[in-house]
This record gives sequence, structure tokens and C-alpha cells, in this order.
Amino acid sequence: MFGLDKKDSGLLLMVIALTILAPFILNPFPENSAMAQFNAGYPDLMQRLVIFGIFAIGFNILFGLTGYLSFGHAAFLGVGSYAGIWMIKLLTLNIIPAIVASIIVAGLFSLLVGWISLRRSGIYFSILTLAFAQMSYSLAYSVLTPITGGETGLQPKVNDPRILDAALEEGVTPRANLFGMFMNDSFELSLGGWVFTFNAGYYISAILMVIAFYISIRIFRSPFGLMLRAVKSNQQRLNYTGVESRPYTLAAFVISGMYAGLAGGLLVAMDTQAGAERMFWTASGEVVLMTILGGAGTLIGPVLGAGFIKYFENIVSKINETILQAWFSFLPDGLQDFFVAIFYPFIGKGWHLTLGIIFMLVVIFLPGGLMEGGQRLSNLFRRNKDTDQGAGKSQPAPAE
Amino acid sequence: MGILEVKDVNKRFGGLQALSNVNLSVEEGTVHAIIGPNGAGKSTLLNCFIGKLDPDTGSVMFNGTSLLGLKPHQINQLGVSRVFQTPEIFTDLTVFENVMIACFAKRDGSFELNAIPSVSSQTDIQEKAEQMLIDVNMIDKRGEEAASLSRGDKRRLEMAMCLAQDPKLLLLDEPTAGMARADTNNTIDLLKEIQEARGITMAIIEHDMHVVFSLAEKITVLAQGTPIVEDVPENIKGHPKVQEAYLGGAHV
Repeated sequence: MFGLDKKDSGLLLMVIALTILAPFILNPFPENSAMAQFNAGYPDLMQRLVIFGIFAIGFNILFGLTGYLSFGHAAFLGVGSYAGIWMIKLLTLNIIPAIVASIIVAGLFSLLVGWISLRRSGIYFSILTLAFAQMSYSLAYSVLTPITGGETGLQPKVNDPRILDAALEEGVTPRANLFGMFMNDSFELSLGGWVFTFNAGYYISAILMVIAFYISIRIFRSPFGLMLRAVKSNQQRLNYTGVESRPYTLAAFVISGMYAGLAGGLLVAMDTQAGAERMFWTASGEVVLMTILGGAGTLIGPVLGAGFIKYFENIVSKINETILQAWFSFLPDGLQDFFVAIFYPFIGKGWHLTLGIIFMLVVIFLPGGLMEGGQRLSNLFRRNKDTDQGAGKSQPAPAE
Repeated sequence: MGILEVKDVNKRFGGLQALSNVNLSVEEGTVHAIIGPNGAGKSTLLNCFIGKLDPDTGSVMFNGTSLLGLKPHQINQLGVSRVFQTPEIFTDLTVFENVMIACFAKRDGSFELNAIPSVSSQTDIQEKAEQMLIDVNMIDKRGEEAASLSRGDKRRLEMAMCLAQDPKLLLLDEPTAGMARADTNNTIDLLKEIQEARGITMAIIEHDMHVVFSLAEKITVLAQGTPIVEDVPENIKGHPKVQEAYLGGAHV
């Protein structure tokens, strides 16, 4: 299908199915039940899940294939956001110019950063990219305030030029749209006690994520992708085989920068605001976590990692002391307080503590990320099935 | 005029004259060995061929092009392939992918943004890589991860990668260093086969006399940075200067 082999087509179809059905999958609890607050099927979060999915897919093209660990990828996301918001302010509230501009500007900026940073490899490369990102962040906060809005960031205003649109009337909230379809338009479907939300912005982001995922499969399977893996494996041999590695790594860097820009542009298209905090180094670190947690170098791992982190960030942050009290209310008073005290640091604002522990466990026990976990489970399952059928020996799965 | 012409090459590292006035000519289609005791400057000389070191004076010409100042990939694209002391291969990739990379480098040059078609759709590359693996007797291992190969097979794979590029000159840096005798003999046979079938020019840097005398048609003996004798193998064995160099009487 579309030039993919059977296995990759299956993977693509699975991603398409998951994104289409996400409003159902993420809303497993009835609206009025006590668990309803753990539903994740609301537009804002679903948009973030797929947008950060795009970010991680792009990051994986660089880190997963070439092994170059960029620690400043949030800079491209931020630059993409600023480019997008300026298109919205200057041209139109239609999201297409915003998204196109965010990809192009982030691509150009990553060309510049990559051109310089890729002169070094390993830890020096990581530090260079980190330095660039922190520089961009500080500039956006201070010197570049006329372009970036500084601390307050940028939002569409009533008096923006917006050359292609009719000017907004006083009192109308500016809403991003795609030819009249507003990003925050939703259609709600009530089934029994369940309410499912189908949001326009989510589906537009999801379509772009599927396209981004498809392109990344093509890159993984192409001669270009093979060369990138060769860079990771043995750069010396590659050079003595007549291949110059710099243009390959630079191309991968720019492609992943453009993915980050697309993610930034989409963030703007969804919430029509941009701020410097998107470029802060923790944001760069987050995409590294997503990719490693899901499985660097695997096709679907980064998407899962992004989904996992954004989903649990949302769920765990929502738990507060009252909820904990309720969970442990079946215990005698002293014990209840004891358990509440133990779990309290891990919830709400303590979400990063939980994430840190999960990340450590994954890196130590599943260096291949969630994908490796899934593979081990399926191997275990297969082996059990084999023994049940009396097949005796199990064939180890061929390494991918 | 040889395919590789080394003229008056000098290289000094601080107080050490590593190479002094080296003149060397590798004739097309021959196997030329460069031997010498430890510290004779063999590796320094090789590094001058491949862009790792620039000599202080002198010239290294390949087929009429100067190799000095060129990067490794440029030298390779001119038709010089290199086999390393320890086999350098892409250990994370499969045997077949290893050879395909060499085929792509030959077909597409040092950079090509070939990101849309899939590797499996490149039938010319697939066929050529298969043929190379058949030639070195490794086709049954095509799907294996290169890291899992035995030392001898890694060497074979490296040879297949070099041959896939139809090199005009093959540089071998102690191709049997650290190998068991059986592996050494296998490697010699492989190199002989390749030489007979393809007539590739080879320059071998070697320590092991057994290897040198079974392969080389011409031998240059290097001692203390200077070629002292250049002759056919039969005349090298008994040459008084060579014995002197190897037995340590060279500097009185």
C-alpha cells in the first residue's frame, strides 16, 4: 500500500485506526462516574497527543537513525510557533499559511543550527544544540521582544493587519480556522452515559500526524535512511566507503527540524498563542524522554512515548489530596493518612517525580523502550502458545 | 608510470623522522607489499595514501590525481578502497545491508538525498550486493547481523564491501593481523582468488612474511622510514640488507 510492504502498511493502518478512534479510546469512563475526571478525550489534550507525536516522530529521524542526540529541538518548535502566529497576525486566521510558514522557517533555522552543531559529534553536538536552544529562549524573552512578545508572548489581536481576512469586529474572539471550519469546533456524541467529543482541530492535527508518520516510514526504508543508520553504526567505515556523512546528518537534522516546526505551527493553530517557554530546555528534554521511553529508532515507539507522557501527565496531575483520601478511605484512619502521605509527592505537581521514576525503570529494564516491552510480552505470549500446542521449541523472532 | 606514485615523501613527528625520501611506484594489476620491522613507518606511509596524514614534502599521485589534502570519501570515490587492520563494518546492520551501502556509495556518489524510494525497490543494487556475497561465499549469512560474524567472516564481508565498489586500488593494512593460522590461510586464498578473478591492484602493508611471500609480486622493504630494497619475493628472502634490517643491525 502506497509503496510500503505488508508489515509497514499494517503499522500505518494501525496508527490511522488509533487516531480516528481516539475520542472513544481516551474516554473509557461514563460522564457522571467518579472516574470521569480521568477521561482524556477532550479536544485540548487530544490535540496535544498528536502534535507531540509529530514532534517525536521528527526527533526520531535524527536521534533514532543517526544517533545524534539533539538537546535543543524545542527551539525549532518555538521558532515554528512564532512563524505561525505571525502568519495569523499578518495574513489570515486560516491555518494553512501558519503551518506552511512554521515548517519553512523552522527548516531554515535548523539548517543554520545544524550547519554549525554538526561539526562536532557525541556530547559536544548535544551541548551545542542545547546552547543554541537556550540562546533562542533567552533572546525571545529579552532582546527580541518586538518580534516575540517577550514574557507575554503573542496572541492575535483585533487591530492586527490580517491582510487576507476581513478585519475582526470589536468584541469578537479571533478563532483559527480552515476555510471556515474553526479549530475549536466540536461535535459531541452521547451514547448512554458516555459523551464522546469529535474536534475539528484534533482531526486536522491527526491527519497531519498520519502523513508525517507515513513520510517517516518512507525515510526509514529508503537508501537515505540506510545511510543514516550507517552513520550511527560506523562513521569511519562510511567515510572510507566513499560517503560523506555531514550532508546526510545535516539533511536528517533539517528534516527533523521541519517536523518540530510543523508541531509548533499546529500548536499555534490550535490555541492561537506563542510564548518563549516552548523553547525552554525542559521542552527539549521532554521530546528526548518521549523518544527513548517509546523506543528510539523504532517507527511507532516515539508516537507511543509522546502519547504515554502527555496522557499520564494529564491524568497524574489531576489527582489531588482529596482524591487520594477517597481512594484510601477503606483503610483505618492512621493507615489512610500514611498511604496518602506516601503517594502525595507523586501526584499533582509531583508528576515529574513519577515521570522520572518511570523513565529510570524503563531505561534500566527496557533499554529499547515501550516497544521492547511490547515485543517481550508478545514473545512470552507466543512461547506460551507454542508450549500449549506442544510445539516444543519456539522460534526466536528475527531481529529487526 | 604506476597507478600509485609516491615521490620524495618526508614526514617528521617532532624529533622523529618517520619517513625520509620515500619513493614508491605500484604498477597496475600487481600485488605490491610493503614490509618492514616495527616502527619502520609502514602505517605512516599508508596514512599518507588515505588522507589521514599529509606529508611534509613530496607527492602522492593516484592515476594522475594528487591524493594530498583529500578527504577519505573523496579518495574512495577516486577508486581507492581500504581494508582495515581490524575489520571495519557496520556492526548494527545485516550482512546484506553492509554490502548494499557500498553499492549505493558506488552508484550515487558521496551524497544523494534518496529518501522516497524504498531500498527493496532498488533492484540493481540488490542484485549486485547478492552477487558480491556469492563471490565471497557468504550468501547464506545475508540476513545475519554483522556483529555476530566470526572474525574471518567479518574480513570477508569487508572485502565484499570493497569489491562492490570495483576499486582500482585496494589498500590492505595488515589484513591478517591477530588471526589464527587457519584464518590467515583462508584470507590469503580469498585475496588470491580476488586477484586472479579481477586483477585488482593491491598494496599490502604486512608484518607476516608468510602472507607477503604467498601473495606479493613485488616487495618494498622499509626500514627507519626509508625503502631499502625493492624487488621480487625470491630476491628479498636472502637479501643481506633485509636480514640486517630485521635482525637489527641497521644502525651501527
